[in-house]
Amino acid sequence: MNGSKLMAMLSGLVAFGFYSGAAMSSKYNLPEPQTPIAQQIYDQHILALWICLVIFIGVFGVMGYSIVKHRKSVGYKAANFHHSTIVEIIWTAIPVLILVAMSWPATKTVIEMKDTSESDITIKATGYQWMWGYDYIQGEGEGISFYSQLSTSQDQIRNQAPKGEEYLLEVNNRVVVPVGKKIRILMTANDVIHAWWVPALGVKQDAIPGYIRDAWFSVEKPGVYRGQCAELCGKEHGFMPIVVEVMEQEKYTQWVADKQKSASAGVVNTALVASGSNKN
Amino acid sequence: MAVIQDVHGHGHDHPTGIMRWLTTTNHKDIGTLYLCFSLFMLFVGGFLAMGIRAELFMPGIQILEPEVFNSFTTLHGLIMVFGAVMPAWVGFANWQVPLMIGAPDMAFARLNNWSFWLLPVAALLLITSFFVPGGAAAGGWTFYPPLSTQGGMGTDMMLFAVHILGMSSIMGSINIITTILNMRAPGMTLMKMPMFVWTWLITAYLLVLVMPVLAGAVTMVLTDRNFGTSFFNAAGGGDPVMFQHIFWFFGHPEVYIMILPAFGVISEIIPTFSRKPLFGYSSMVYATASIALLSCFVWAHHMFTAGMPVVGQLFFMYATMLIAVPTGVKIFNWTATMWQGSMTFEVPMLFSIGFIFLFVIGGFSGVVCAIVPIDIQVQDTYYVIAHFHYVLVSGALFALFAGAYYWLPKWTGHMYDETLGKWHFWLSMIFFNLTFFVQHFLGLAGMPRRIPDYALQFADFNMVSSIGAFGFGLTQLLFVYIVIKCARGGEKAADKTWDGATTLEWTHLPSPAPYHSFETPPVVK
Repeated sequence: MNGSKLMAMLSGLVAFGFYSGAAMSSKYNLPEPQTPIAQQIYDQHILALWICLVIFIGVFGVMGYSIVKHRKSVGYKAANFHHSTIVEIIWTAIPVLILVAMSWPATKTVIEMKDTSESDITIKATGYQWMWGYDYIQGEGEGISFYSQLSTSQDQIRNQAPKGEEYLLEVNNRVVVPVGKKIRILMTANDVIHAWWVPALGVKQDAIPGYIRDAWFSVEKPGVYRGQCAELCGKEHGFMPIVVEVMEQEKYTQWVADKQKSASAGVVNTALVASGSNKN
Repeated sequence: MAVIQDVHGHGHDHPTGIMRWLTTTNHKDIGTLYLCFSLFMLFVGGFLAMGIRAELFMPGIQILEPEVFNSFTTLHGLIMVFGAVMPAWVGFANWQVPLMIGAPDMAFARLNNWSFWLLPVAALLLITSFFVPGGAAAGGWTFYPPLSTQGGMGTDMMLFAVHILGMSSIMGSINIITTILNMRAPGMTLMKMPMFVWTWLITAYLLVLVMPVLAGAVTMVLTDRNFGTSFFNAAGGGDPVMFQHIFWFFGHPEVYIMILPAFGVISEIIPTFSRKPLFGYSSMVYATASIALLSCFVWAHHMFTAGMPVVGQLFFMYATMLIAVPTGVKIFNWTATMWQGSMTFEVPMLFSIGFIFLFVIGGFSGVVCAIVPIDIQVQDTYYVIAHFHYVLVSGALFALFAGAYYWLPKWTGHMYDETLGKWHFWLSMIFFNLTFFVQHFLGLAGMPRRIPDYALQFADFNMVSSIGAFGFGLTQLLFVYIVIKCARGGEKAADKTWDGATTLEWTHLPSPAPYHSFETPPVVK
C-alpha cells in the first residue's frame, strides 16, 4: 500500500516535470512567438511554470514525506500542535513577494500591449456570423476591403473527403500586412460578439457589436500565421478562422496595387452594368 | 447520549410514501432529497459531457451537429453548476449544519421544503428544453447577449430555470445563515464552530449577495428577448459588455460558492484521519473570509479580452493574484495538520489528499490565467477548460465524494464498501487526469473552447481526453452502486465511526442519526 501511494505521488511529479520540460516544443506550449509582445508572453509563461514547479515540489515534498512517515500503520504517534503565528506570517508573506515578482514584468507588458498609437497601417476587422470582414482604413493599402471566409470544404468537415493540412485554418482571402510595420487592428462586430485571435502574434481581442476595440502587432518575419474566433458566436463559431500573411515590403506594395486594380475594375464593371440596365 | 429521542416517537401524524417526501420539513429528509437530486443531475450533466467528448473524439463532425453541440456545452455547464454541485452542497448543509452545531433542525423548516421542491421544476425546464422547437439554449452557460437574444424558446426556458434555481439558493442561504447564527448549542461560540459550518456561513452570505445580481441580469436578458428592451443591445443604446460585468459580478463569487464548502469538508476530514487538531483554525476562518471578500473584486478577470483600460486590467490582475495568498494559507495549514499526525488512509482521506493535490494544480493554472498577458493567449481556450475542471471536478466534486464517504456511516448507519471506495478513488484520479491534464496542452497550442470540430494538430490529445472522460464517467456509476449498497445494509457503523473525529454528530449521536436529534441541545465546553 505504501508503495502505491508513493508511486502515485512520484508519477504526479514526473508528469508535472514533463509538462515544464517539454515546454519548448510547440505541441505542448504556446506557438513560437512572432512579435515582441508574444515573446514576452511566452517568457512570462515559462517563468510562471518554473515558479509553480518549485512551489509544487516544496509543498508536496513535505506532504509526501509526511504521508510516508507519519502514518498510524508504522506506529507514528500524533503530535498535538495546532498553531504558530510566526509560521502563519511567513507563509502569508512569501507568496506575496513571489506574486509581486510575477506581476512586475506582466505590468510592463500590459502597458505596452495597450499602446496602439503611431501605427503605420490601420485595419478594421468586423466579425460576422460567420466570417470576418477587413477594411484597410489608414496607411498603405487604404481603401482595400474584403471578406475572409473558411475555405475548407464541407466534404472534409463531413468526413467525405480526406482532411487537408490546414483543415479549418484556411481562408479564401488572407489579411496581408508588411513586415516590421506597426499594424493597428480595430475590432468590431455586426451581430454578436466574436474575438479576433492569432496566437503567434500575441493578439486576442473581442469584437463587440456597436463598439470598437483595438490592438496592435508588428511582425519581424514573413510568414503565414493562423488563428480562430475565440468567442462563442453561434453554430459556425468553430468555422471562422483568421489567417494573417506577413510579406516583405515590396511584395506588399505589389499586393496593394493588385488589390486596388481589381477593386477599381470591379467598380467599373458595376458601373457598366448599372448604365447598361438604365439604357434598357 | 441523553439527548436522543426515539426514532418512532413522532411517527403518529407522519405521512408515509411519496407524501413523506413532498411534505417533509425534516432537515435530514430534505438533505437526502437534495443529495439524490444532485446525484441524478450529475449524471444528466455527465451524459452531456460524454456527448461532447464523443463528438471531439476525432476531427470532423460525427454525431452532434454544431448547434446541438453548443446546446450540450451550454446545458452541461448550467446543469453541473446549478443542478449538481450547488444542490449537493446545500444537501450537505441540511444534513450536517444542525448536527454539527447541536440544533434540532433548520430554522425555517417549511422554507427548506420549498427551496428543495423548486429544483425539480427548474431541472424539468432545463431538460425538456432540448425537445422544444429550436432546441435548448446554445449560447454558452454564461449566456452572453447578443448571442443569447438569438436563441429560440429553449433559451427562455433556460433563463426561467436559472431564475428558479437562484430563488431556491437565496432561500436556502437565508435558512442556513439564520440556523447558524441563532441555533448553536450553548457554549458553541462562533470561533468554536466546525470549519464546515464556518465555510457554509460565509458561502451563504456570498449567495445572498450575488444571486439577486444574477436575477437582475437574467431579467434584463428576458425582457431584451421578449419585450423589446435594449439593455444589452448596442443598436438600441444598450451595452453587451455591461452584461458581462453584471454576470461575472455574480459569476466569480459563484465559483467560491462551489469551493468554500469543499474547503470546509476537507478541513474536517484531514484532522480526523491525521488524529490531530486542525492547524491554524482561526487563520483558516480568516482565510475563508478574505477569499470570499476578495472574490467580489475580481470579476473582470473573466473579461481581459473584452477590452478594458490599462488601469482596469492591472487592478483586476493584482486583485486576482492576491487570492492566491489566502488559498495558499489553506494548503499550508492542511499540510501542517498532516505533519506529525498519525495518519490512516480510508476513502474520505484519499479523496481529500487527491483534492489537495489536484486543486493545487488548478490553483497554479489559476495564477497563470490571472497574469493578463498570458490570459490574452489562454482565455477561451482549452487551457481555461482544464483550469476550471481542476478546481471544480477534482476540487468541488472530489470534496463532495470525500464528504459523502465520511458521513455515509452517520447517515445510513452502515459502513460503505472500503475496497470499492478505493477503486472509485483511484479510477477517478487516473481518468480525471487523463481527461483534463492534456487539455492544458491543447489550450496552449491554440485550441479554442466551445468548438465542435478542430484542426488536425489537436487530434491526438483530444482522443486521449475523450478516452479519459469515458472512463471517468463510467467510474461514477461505481459510486452510485457503493451508495446504494451502503444505504441498504452492510457492516454496522459505530457511533463514532472515525476515532479521530471530534464534532458533535460523532460524539453525541448514534449511527444512524435518529430522525429527530438534539431536541435538547448538548452543552459545548
